[in-house]
Amino acid sequence: MKHGWIWIIAALLPLQAQAFSGGELMKQSQAAFLYPGKDFKARVVMKLINKDGHERVREMTMLRKNSGETGGNQKYFMYFFQPADVKDMTFMIHKYPAKDDDRWMFIPAISMVKRIAAQDKRSSFVGSDFTYEDVSGRDIEDDNHVIEREEKVGNRDCYVIKSTPKGADSDFGYKFTWVDKANFLPLREAQYDKKGVHYKQFTADEITDIKGVPTAIRRTMKNLQTGHRTEAAYLKTDYDLGIEDSLFSERFLRQPPRKWVE
Amino acid sequence: MLSRPLLFAVLLLTPPTVRAEVTLSGFMQQNTAFNTVAANPDGRHYKWQEERAQIKLDATEGDWRLLAKGDLAYDHLGRQDESELREGYIDYTSGNWDLRLGRQIITWGLGDLVFVNDFFPKDHEALFSGRPLEYLKRGVDALKLGAYPEFASFELVLTPNFRDSRIPDANRFRLYDPMSTVVNRETVKPEQGDVALRAYRDIAGFDAALYLYRGFQRTPSMRPDNMTAPTRITYFYPKLAIYGASLSGRAGDGVLSLEAAYYDSPDDRAGNDFTVPNSQTRLLVGYQIQPLEDVSLGFQYYAEAMHNYGAYLAALPAGFPPDKRWSHTVTARLTQFYLHQTLRLSAYASYNASNGDHFMNPELRYSFTDKLWGAVGANLFGGNPWGQFGQLARDDNAYLQVRYEF
Repeated sequence: MKHGWIWIIAALLPLQAQAFSGGELMKQSQAAFLYPGKDFKARVVMKLINKDGHERVREMTMLRKNSGETGGNQKYFMYFFQPADVKDMTFMIHKYPAKDDDRWMFIPAISMVKRIAAQDKRSSFVGSDFTYEDVSGRDIEDDNHVIEREEKVGNRDCYVIKSTPKGADSDFGYKFTWVDKANFLPLREAQYDKKGVHYKQFTADEITDIKGVPTAIRRTMKNLQTGHRTEAAYLKTDYDLGIEDSLFSERFLRQPPRKWVE
Repeated sequence: MLSRPLLFAVLLLTPPTVRAEVTLSGFMQQNTAFNTVAANPDGRHYKWQEERAQIKLDATEGDWRLLAKGDLAYDHLGRQDESELREGYIDYTSGNWDLRLGRQIITWGLGDLVFVNDFFPKDHEALFSGRPLEYLKRGVDALKLGAYPEFASFELVLTPNFRDSRIPDANRFRLYDPMSTVVNRETVKPEQGDVALRAYRDIAGFDAALYLYRGFQRTPSMRPDNMTAPTRITYFYPKLAIYGASLSGRAGDGVLSLEAAYYDSPDDRAGNDFTVPNSQTRLLVGYQIQPLEDVSLGFQYYAEAMHNYGAYLAALPAGFPPDKRWSHTVTARLTQFYLHQTLRLSAYASYNASNGDHFMNPELRYSFTDKLWGAVGANLFGGNPWGQFGQLARDDNAYLQVRYEF
């Protein structure tokens, strides 16, 4: 009898998934990609590689804490190791889904904490091919999302979702996201400009389970027009470490605690 | 105060604390600034010409941290060997309080090269000689206590020995001197230290802070022994108390900064001693936006209002140029990044509408690799012959900085 019920539920599941709208799928995807755990920590090594193969390295510890429910407010804390001229720099973002972030930066050279203007979430993150939005998420409500088709990425079954910005002021025309049917991680994203030219491509290159959470620990963003790409490795990724709320404050921007940033 | 041998002793003694996490880093640097208008008062053609090395040691064990940053430099313009402990302190961090003891660089307030609530010593010579920005600040030998209860954060800085700001060297810069014929000069430094307090918290999404300072003016005043036939000039640091506040937060698409402070001059409250600055009110409004990707624009309006202006005018000896009651300054800064933020163009301009004083600092900085960067820039001054920047009108210079970090 028990087994019978499980079979019925299992049979219903694909139908349930089919019933997702594009927007709901993107919400699920964002939850899986940017919200897992109460908190998160990783040592992020970004290699900025130009078309001739020359590399620059940006290395930081990234800490994230969710304030409440999935899709809600988040706080980010970053501590930079490399390059040498930004070593010991820290950076804090208070992220709100429906309005502009608050951002602060600590500049060790002059020992000063500065609030910085941040209305442009589409600008480059530390000079890489990733934007702030690529690192910490784009507001779901900014785009219309439609499930276009289903397709495999490697051996993974994916939904392909087309997202078109609602506002005319966006810098891109539309994008496609390949969302893994099983774990909702975005495995690939293709951005098109307003003329329909494919100019940016994201790939999740390696997914592994950390504390039971499927996590993209290697990611690449490639600019197809310039040939420049950024490879990001999320080393020592961990979840639910019990990061205190007080970390996300001016006090610790000025004196980042070793136990969190190392 | 802390010497080179002590720094090396610190460096040598640290490794045995085996369990501590220790990192060593540093840089080597060449820094040259040459005159573009006229030679120095001493006849040289350079404002700055030196090779410099810095070693930084950072050790952490549990709640303790030791940081030491020491510089060795060779100056080609007569100062020869220079060594300096830039910073050297011990931190202890507890749950909701901490302390930092030793030489430390502290910056408070919100201004961009305009100081309302940043009471700590500066190095104006470094700014005007094309040195890297970090040399704008001088460390203080102090105890800083931090307390962080739920309702607000507090920092108290106790400095037993007063440290002044460094003003440009008269051999290298043309400083306005109303009594230039008097050669017999002495400097008297305060024998006491100073105290600074800052309390801050979030108020409705704005960063709000209150500031208190009790100490001395960081730049000296001059007093002649005799007004009509002076034979000796004494440089001294008048008492100063500051009561200030600041607020910063998002406004429109940018960040708005507001600062105000009352500068109380206890040695001359009436305003009739012309050698001591009168009490003042300082106001700052700043706004920063990011109009395009990798572009940042900052604007500031800064005002100083002299109190008891009538008494000041009445006491000012004949032949001394009077300051205005109100001093209005506007500044603008453009920062733009190129080539994946490895090339940075920045330009800062300041104009004082009350006396015509102006200052410009354009700079181009490029990171050749992740460890090697270079910058070229210029310092351009002008305006009133006795103004802060106007007196330096013939001291314009262009500079070069190259640094290898390891």
